[in-house]
Amino acid sequence: MTEMTLIEAVRETLRSEMRRDPDIFMMGEDIGPRGGVFLASEGFIEEFGGDRVMNTPLAESSIIGIALGAAVNGMRPVAEIQFADFVWPAINQLVGEAARVRYGTNGGKTAPMTVRVPYGGGVRGGLYHSQSIEVLFAHTPGLQVIAPATPYDARGLLRSAIRSNDPTIFLEHKRTYRLVRGEAPDEEYLEPIGKADIKRAGSDVTLVTYGLMLHHSLQAADMVSQTDGIEAEIVDLRTLRPIDAETVLDSVSRTGRAIIVQEDTGAVSVSSEVSAIIAQEGFFDLDAPVMRVTPPEIPPMPFSPLQEAEFMPSPDRIAAAIKQLAEI
Amino acid sequence: MAKLTIDMPHVGESVTEAVIGKWLVSPGDTIRRYDPLVEVVTDKVNMEVPAPRDGKIVGLLVSEGETVQMGAAIAEMEVEGVVAEQKPAAVPSGDGTSPEVPSVQAASRVGSMIVGANVGPTGGEFTDTSLQADQSAAPTAGTTASSVGTRRGRRNRTDSGARMSPVVRRLADRHGIDVSQLTGSGSGGRVTKRDVEAYLEATEAVAALTTKRADEVVEPSPIRRMIAENMSRSFREIPHAWGVIEVDVSGMVAYRNANLERVQRSTGRRLTYLPIVLHHVARALSTHRRLNSSWIDGKVVLKGAVNVGVAVASEQGLVVPVVRGAGGLSLEETVSEVARIVDGARSGKLQLEDVKGGTFTLNNTGALGSILGGAIINYPQAAILTTESVVKRPVVVATPDGGEAIAIRSMMNMCLSFDHRIIDGAEALAFMNDVKERLESMSQGDQSR
Repeated sequence: MTEMTLIEAVRETLRSEMRRDPDIFMMGEDIGPRGGVFLASEGFIEEFGGDRVMNTPLAESSIIGIALGAAVNGMRPVAEIQFADFVWPAINQLVGEAARVRYGTNGGKTAPMTVRVPYGGGVRGGLYHSQSIEVLFAHTPGLQVIAPATPYDARGLLRSAIRSNDPTIFLEHKRTYRLVRGEAPDEEYLEPIGKADIKRAGSDVTLVTYGLMLHHSLQAADMVSQTDGIEAEIVDLRTLRPIDAETVLDSVSRTGRAIIVQEDTGAVSVSSEVSAIIAQEGFFDLDAPVMRVTPPEIPPMPFSPLQEAEFMPSPDRIAAAIKQLAEI
Repeated sequence: MAKLTIDMPHVGESVTEAVIGKWLVSPGDTIRRYDPLVEVVTDKVNMEVPAPRDGKIVGLLVSEGETVQMGAAIAEMEVEGVVAEQKPAAVPSGDGTSPEVPSVQAASRVGSMIVGANVGPTGGEFTDTSLQADQSAAPTAGTTASSVGTRRGRRNRTDSGARMSPVVRRLADRHGIDVSQLTGSGSGGRVTKRDVEAYLEATEAVAALTTKRADEVVEPSPIRRMIAENMSRSFREIPHAWGVIEVDVSGMVAYRNANLERVQRSTGRRLTYLPIVLHHVARALSTHRRLNSSWIDGKVVLKGAVNVGVAVASEQGLVVPVVRGAGGLSLEETVSEVARIVDGARSGKLQLEDVKGGTFTLNNTGALGSILGGAIINYPQAAILTTESVVKRPVVVATPDGGEAIAIRSMMNMCLSFDHRIIDGAEALAFMNDVKERLESMSQGDQSR
C-alpha cells in the first residue's frame, strides 16, 4: 500500500488517467509550466505536452464552455477552477448548459466532463479563497457532485468521475490537500459515485458530514468516546449529489439520533437536505431531534485567524453537540 | 354555499364510457372528501368515484345502469366556500367519442381513482398504499411526540411521561408497552429508545420461557385485500356452475416434444402445454362467444376481443396478465406472448396494459399437481378454464380392427367454472368439447399450427 497526501492522490490519479486515455485533456489557470497553484499538475506539461495540459486566461466561463463543447464531441476534459470562489462566472455553462445536455438531447448526447474545484476554508484565505460553493451544484439535477475527504476516496472517486459520462463537480478541500495523509493504493480501483461510507462505527449518535468536517468529526468522536463513553457513527457522504439516503437512514435507524456537520452555512444547504431525508423517511426511527452544526450565517469566511477559527465548526463544538444530543 | 358538479373521472386514454353501477350516496347525504360516491364499471376497471370536497349531495344526475361518457356530469353537491370555475357539464354524446375536455382548474376536477380500490390484477392500476396507511395509522408528530427543541425555553422541560420520541412511540405501540411505567434515563427523565429496548430485552427473555405461540393477526397487503374483494364479489354475484371433461392429450404431448427445439430456435422460448392450450381455447372462444362475455347490469355483453388472461402465482399474490387478441395469434406468437407476460408477472414488471381487459381466464393448475378444481370466475368474465395435470393412465381405446384394447395414454382433465346466468350446461360442454377435439386432433408431425 502507498501512503500519500490528498493532493498527491489527486495528482497521481490525473497522471494515470491521462496515460490511460488519450481523450482526456486538462484545462485551467496556471496548470501548465506552473503545475497549478496547488501543484496538482506538476510536471504534466512536460509529459503530456501543451495540447493536453492547456493554460487558459482568467476566464472561467470559457474554461467550462470549451470543456463542455469538447465533452459533447467525445473528449473527456478535466477542467480546473483555480479556487471555488472563482466558479461563479461559469455557472451558466455548468447549471444552464452542462447539466442539461443529457436531458435536452433526449439521451442522445452526454457531457463526460470533470470540473475540479479546490474549495473550503481554514487556510487563512479570507473572503475570496475560502468559500464552500457545493450547494448550488448539489441542487442541480443533471450534475454529479463529489467531495472526497481522504486520499483513498479521492483516488477512487476521481477515477470514477473522469470515466463517468455525466458532468461532475469534483470538490477538493484545500485544507485537506496537505493535512490529510492516508493509504491510496496504486492499483486501479473505482469508488462508486452516490455511495456514502461509514468512516467510524458507533451505536449512540450518527454524524453525517463530508470534506474537512469529516476529520473534525472524527476528532470529536474520539473525544466524546474517551470522556463520556458516547460512540458516534460517522457517515462520510462523499457524494453530495446524488445523496446516499440509504446509508444515512440505515445508520439513523440504529442510533436514533443524527447530527449533520458541515463547513458551509446551514440555511438551504446539504445539511438541510439530509435533515429533510431523515425527517421524511426516518421519522419513526428518531429518538431525538435532528441537529446541525454549521457556521454562523454571515457571507464569507473571515480573514482574521481568530474569527476564522470561530467560524469553522471545530472538534470541540462538534463534541459539545454530540454530548447535548446524547443527553436528550 | 356553492354548487359543485361532479364529473365522471377519466380512467384511461382508451376508456370513453362507463356504466353507473351502484350509487353509494343519496341526495341530502352529507359527505366528506374522498368518500366513495358511486361504483362505476368500465371495460377496463371497476372503480369507485370519490367525493371531490366535503359537502352535501343535492342531486344524482344519472341512474344506476345508465352509460355515461367520461367527463360527463353525474351528480351535484353543495360545498362551503367558492368553487373554481367549471366547464359546462358534458352531455353524453352517445356516439362513442369522448367529448373534448378543456383543462379545468384542478380544484374542480374529481380526476383521480381511489388508490387501492377494486383495481389491480384483473384491471386498473395498482399502487402500493401500505406505506401511507402505515403512516396515517401511526401517531401524529407535532402533538405529543418529541417537543424537545433546542431553542431557548424548551430545554428545561421535565414532563417525562408526556414526551415520547417518534421511535419510542413506535416501539411502544408495536409491543404494547405503557411507557409511563418505565424509568427514563434521558433528559428530565425522558424514556429513550435505549430504555425501551432494555425493557423489551428483559421482558421478552421472560416471555419466551412462559408463553406459547399466540394467534397472529396479519394485515393483508393491498394486493391481498384486492384479491379478497374480487373473489368475494365474484362468488357473491355470479352463480357458479362447474363441468369437468377428460382429454386425451397424447397427440399434444407428442407434438410438444417433437417441436420443442424448433420453437426454441424460432422464439427463444420453451414450448409448454399452457400456450398450446391457450391457442386452441382462444380459437374455440371465437365461435362460442357467450363464453367470452360479461353479465353487466342485466345484459349479456359479448366481447369483441378475445383477451385470455393467465393466472400466475407471483410473490405478491395472484396476478392475471392478459394475452391480448389471442384469437389472432399464431402458436409461436402465443408462446412468446405467454412467456413474456408470465415472466413479467413473476418479476413484477407488468405494464397496466398487460393486466387490463381480460375476457376469459385460463388457469394451469396442473402445473402445481392438481387433477381437479372448482375455480372462481375472474369477475366480471363469464368463465374460467383450468387445465389439470397431464398423467399417463390406462384407457380403453378402439383398435383398427374394430375391437377394444387397453392402452397407456396421456390424459388431462379440464375444468370449467361458468356463469350460469349467461351459459347453460349444454353450451359450456359444447365449448369444452370443441377445445377437447382441437387438442386431441394434434399429432407429432403437425407443423401447420
